[in-house]
Amino acid sequence: MNAAEGAGAAPPPRPAPPARLRRFEMAPVRGIWRHELALYKRYWKSQSFASMVEPTFFLLAFGYGFGSMVAAIGDYRYLDFVATGVVGTAALFTSVFPGMFNGYIRRVFQHTYDAMLAAPVDVHELVTAEALWIAAKSAVYSCTPLVVAMFFGLAPAPGMLLVPFVVFFTALGFGLLGMWTSSVVPSINSFDYVITGVVTPLFLIAGTFFPVGSLPRWAQYAGWCNPLFHCVELVRHAVFGLRPLADLGHLAALWAFAGLAWAIAVRGMRRRLID
Amino acid sequence: MTAQRQQAVSASASAEPAGPEAPPAVSLRGVVKRFGGFTAVDGLDLDVPAGTCLGLLGPNGAGKSTTMKLLTAQAIADEGEITVLGFAVPRESKRARAAMGVVPQQDNLDEELTARENLEVFAHLYRVPRRARREAVDDALALAHLTGRRLTKVDDLSGGMRRRLLIARGLVHRPALVLLDEPTVGLDPQVRAELWGLIDGLRSRGTTVLMSTHYIEEAERLADGCALMSHGRVVARGGPAELVAEHAGERVVEHYGPPDRLEAVERIARAAGLPTRRTGPSVSVLKAETIPPSLADELGPDGVRRAASLEDVFVVLTGERVE
Repeated sequence: MNAAEGAGAAPPPRPAPPARLRRFEMAPVRGIWRHELALYKRYWKSQSFASMVEPTFFLLAFGYGFGSMVAAIGDYRYLDFVATGVVGTAALFTSVFPGMFNGYIRRVFQHTYDAMLAAPVDVHELVTAEALWIAAKSAVYSCTPLVVAMFFGLAPAPGMLLVPFVVFFTALGFGLLGMWTSSVVPSINSFDYVITGVVTPLFLIAGTFFPVGSLPRWAQYAGWCNPLFHCVELVRHAVFGLRPLADLGHLAALWAFAGLAWAIAVRGMRRRLID
Repeated sequence: MTAQRQQAVSASASAEPAGPEAPPAVSLRGVVKRFGGFTAVDGLDLDVPAGTCLGLLGPNGAGKSTTMKLLTAQAIADEGEITVLGFAVPRESKRARAAMGVVPQQDNLDEELTARENLEVFAHLYRVPRRARREAVDDALALAHLTGRRLTKVDDLSGGMRRRLLIARGLVHRPALVLLDEPTVGLDPQVRAELWGLIDGLRSRGTTVLMSTHYIEEAERLADGCALMSHGRVVARGGPAELVAEHAGERVVEHYGPPDRLEAVERIARAAGLPTRRTGPSVSVLKAETIPPSLADELGPDGVRRAASLEDVFVVLTGERVE
């Protein structure tokens, strides 16, 4: 290419920017989803493998391992108890880790977010779009343990159709929590502290593999503050029978968690991305 | 859209040169940006007339990149007023960003995606209507001469191709204003010449271009006007030829020799009120055409004469080395 070619090829500018841009728009959300979809098309096999096989291993290991010693917990067969609990752990892992690592890598190493924010995209739109994508993927993947459990005797129930929605709200909160974490850690190595000190306790004290009621009192209180506990309860109730009043409380807890996580994630990312 | 904004965007979008009454595409008034105790931009006043290419020159750390970030509201000024295409920044920055394209200094393309996918994502982000999106992406690929590599992953493109794609990404929505932050830094001369052609094409189509660079030759070739920045301020403003005439004159005499000889030349020239600059093993005496014969004798006959350049102005005014 030479100067003349370059000059000849440049198209004239468009006449004007969009007449109106609202504070929150869906156009940047769709654009960011387009980005995610392009990446997903390239990596769906490895992502799907990790997201679906890992919870299945948990289900089989705990369901059959522990299940050989513990036949039932309360009214539930242990395998069914674990299957519904593992939905929660899958929701946690498939949301908090992408939130943390994608958030950090795209901000610090790839500078993808800098590029997007130079376009008519605001930080709250970027954070929302990323979290919604994570939540949508998690809602699909996290249902795998239920499907697998059906092959091992879990009875299908109409309430199971609610599970993806429960997981979606849970994953939305944890994806946002992961993004906030990515905005406060000084380096990517600091995630080791977060995984060991925060994510692991979240996943253990949530009624996934054993009931929270069997823990010491202080741990029970900690469990009630854990959004994953509310997810697991909602999933169990959706599968084995809804308890409207309690479930409204669990749902409210998940909404509150997602709202709080959104606020701190936007604030944290804005602090890092806007000088 | 107010009349002033309409005028700013239209003037910038028109292929015809903007009239003298047209509002500037970019206006900064008394802009200050501090990072802790360091003042990166210090009372900056700058206008970029619509439809022109302004070269923002300055050494590293002069505040050029911070100025670019202030215009996209990726940095928020501590003081001062910024208007871009008639929109107040940062309050109305989203609308300003919709009408401008940004080519950053740092390559931030998504390496995992193809050239086409990168452009498609930004066509969405820039609100290119669905019906026009495919054409906009095709046009941008053609502009960057990457149509044949549209399905190649960015990771597999050469450095020059990536840079062209970066420019294409900033142009996919045919903006009225383009911010180019060091567009050719680190590229070999052939690739740089390619990009100059591309940028020159933009300017000739009436797009307003604000280009930061520390390559003097780049500014001389492409810019209608130059603003020389040092320590966060504009220290000189004008056309390349005007700046050279005002600050370096027509001719320069370079004197070579041992350090004490160079110091003596500097001392004699400065005593006579002539600007000088160090250029490695030599001292250059600027405005050599004004040297009287008696002073020329005193400076010695060993000087090598050459035409004054923008680089002379750059070094004299910024007092820093070109990097």
